[in-house]
Amino acid sequence: MARFSLSKGRLITLGVVIALVVLAVLTVHDWHQLWKISSAPDNVPIVAMLFLVPFFTWLGIKQARANDRLVEELEKDPKLAKTHHRKAEPWRPGWARDIHVWPYLVRIEFLAAVIVTVILFVWSITLNAPLEEPANPNLTMNPSKAPWYFLGLQEMLVYFDPWIAGVVMPSLIMVGLMVFPYVDSNPLGNGYYTIKQRRVALWMFCAGFLQWILLIVIGTFIRGPGWIWFWPGQTWDHNAVVYDRNRDLHDIVADMIGFTQLSSSWVLKMIFGAIVVGLFFVVGALFFHWLLTRGGLDRMDRSLPFWKRVWLWMKTPDPFEQKLLARTSLLQYATFQFFAITVLLAMPVKLILRLVFTIKYVWVTPWFNV
Amino acid sequence: MDPERPDQKETKQLTGDEKPSAGLISKVRESGAALKERAVEEAKTYKDPQDTQLWKSIFRVSHDRSDPRNRSLAVLSNVFLHLHPAKINRDAVRYAFTWGMGGITFYLFIVLTFTGVLLMFYYHPTKADAFRDILYLEHDVPFGKLLRNMHRWAAHLMVITTWLHMFRVVLTGSYKRPREFNWCVGVVLLVLTLLLSFTGYLLPDDQLGFWAVTVGTNMARATPMLGSEGPFGVQLGMTPFNDVRFGLLGGSIVDANALLRSYIWHCIGIPLVASIFMAVHFWRIRKDGGISGPAPMVLESEMKAIKKK
Ligand code: HEM
Repeated sequence: MARFSLSKGRLITLGVVIALVVLAVLTVHDWHQLWKISSAPDNVPIVAMLFLVPFFTWLGIKQARANDRLVEELEKDPKLAKTHHRKAEPWRPGWARDIHVWPYLVRIEFLAAVIVTVILFVWSITLNAPLEEPANPNLTMNPSKAPWYFLGLQEMLVYFDPWIAGVVMPSLIMVGLMVFPYVDSNPLGNGYYTIKQRRVALWMFCAGFLQWILLIVIGTFIRGPGWIWFWPGQTWDHNAVVYDRNRDLHDIVADMIGFTQLSSSWVLKMIFGAIVVGLFFVVGALFFHWLLTRGGLDRMDRSLPFWKRVWLWMKTPDPFEQKLLARTSLLQYATFQFFAITVLLAMPVKLILRLVFTIKYVWVTPWFNV
Repeated sequence: MDPERPDQKETKQLTGDEKPSAGLISKVRESGAALKERAVEEAKTYKDPQDTQLWKSIFRVSHDRSDPRNRSLAVLSNVFLHLHPAKINRDAVRYAFTWGMGGITFYLFIVLTFTGVLLMFYYHPTKADAFRDILYLEHDVPFGKLLRNMHRWAAHLMVITTWLHMFRVVLTGSYKRPREFNWCVGVVLLVLTLLLSFTGYLLPDDQLGFWAVTVGTNMARATPMLGSEGPFGVQLGMTPFNDVRFGLLGGSIVDANALLRSYIWHCIGIPLVASIFMAVHFWRIRKDGGISGPAPMVLESEMKAIKKK
């Protein structure tokens, strides 16, 4: 373990973090509102996730790093690789490979059960489950929110029509998760933590997982009455109205190039939208194709300045990732592209289109809008 | 071996022809002393509970630690433990590898079943009773509040641990061959876990649950082809009274039928299906060769060429 030292990079990171925290604290107008949201009993799990996810990510990365270091060592030293037990865990020649489940595993399970039980008791004694007024169809809850684990889907309703956000996306996510093992053609990293050997698979999963959690956080902490965007610390104003400036893409384009038929003819609108969505798929596919063979930034010469390293990284494919790509069948590749574009890319792209560029639909047809 | 039963000899003496009156007292004393001696003798054999017939009938093997065979048998001959193999990879028991997440998820499912059954004793899934039953639980039932809280928080925790478990499986690449199918079983379990939690949300029949389920099922209205407001729904004859949302709620609004349906899904339907999938999940872990690791690492230079079929 290297001793902790304050390098330039670390100092800058620390400075930025402190600045952000100070800025965040300064922008909070309404501490009471913030406390009310984050201490609502049903929101406690999300607050817990904000700590649990980083902790377990750290725990995983720590072990992956240790393994990656060992792999590197063994790649360099074929002789050692022949005799080494190939694990970062300690090992001595006399040790048995297996141990008895009774008592070595059973006692851990028992301990885990006891700890979980204690946590549950403490949690249940200190915090009461919420109970609102009796159900009343005539008194709409504002905001009415789904349970926290479905808030991601509800937040998606802002960016997509209900049939996509509520039906198509969840189905795609489920099927996408199921095909994950079948499109990952990389034989390495089966049963041990590693980052270097499985960069693409890890990044893809984490991108999805993070999006899901991010949407939940937005849905919980930011969406107030009327599902309006309130920054954390802003008071939830029940009378707030947002002037809807959102426009469809074809209207914007029609104005821009002065081609008014595009705003009026549904056939033209439909064709225009289909082209835009088609283009999105092409660009998305090119992007993922490029991303697949990038590898890590750390393979670039560290003595180069940072921006040069990034430039070089963007330009040159990584031979190992290329080898993995070569093992991927066409079917695997096409399946991967489909789910990567529809699940991983469409969501953030639509989010930015809506929130930053205030674009409502990109494809309008008489039957459905995207 | 009933210590009260007099043995052969005594029986003969007592049923003899002579009048028993003369030596009766001394005889009773004598047999009493014999009985006591025998009871003490037999009690000695009960000192070690593991030597009793009762114990041996329950636990079929000795738990004597000196014999490693017994440790294996302890696992193999127990219906609950035989889920496990007798021996496992020595590094697999490190907390840092699996984080125990799958096991904790399963334990939470058991806790939820236990507390859920207790809650069912006090809960009626009707519009007239449901909300009042919750109030009754909170204020009158001994430990009712604790019970309800525990069921609620264990449910939330189970959602979290399921996600973290999946996250761990990804980080260790444990979904790879030969465990692809078990990963898919896991995805089904994930969905079932979320649905279990969601169907429970409506049951207190309060504003929170009512509006959450209203929001959730409104999305079903928009199902392509099967929903009255989804693409091609109207063209296929879907109305609010025959579409998929109607089927879920048992009506066009969230009302008594929706409460009953969600109760049945929550307490019977989904737990049953989830239990079956869990059984398959655990069975497959064994059949796929146990926990995936920590496995010896494979080097890039050792990557085998793809097998040609
Ligand atoms: C109700 C939910 C679930 C329960 C009770 C459960 C239970 C378990 C248990 C007890 C294990 C043994 C190892 C460990 O504790 O980590 C395990 C392994 C596994 N689970 Fe789950 N699981 C659930 C959901 C999932 C999900 C959502 C996935 C993935 C999408 C999944 C995929 C797997 C795989 C692939 C393994 C084998 C891991 C290995 O060999 O290292 N499970 N599960």
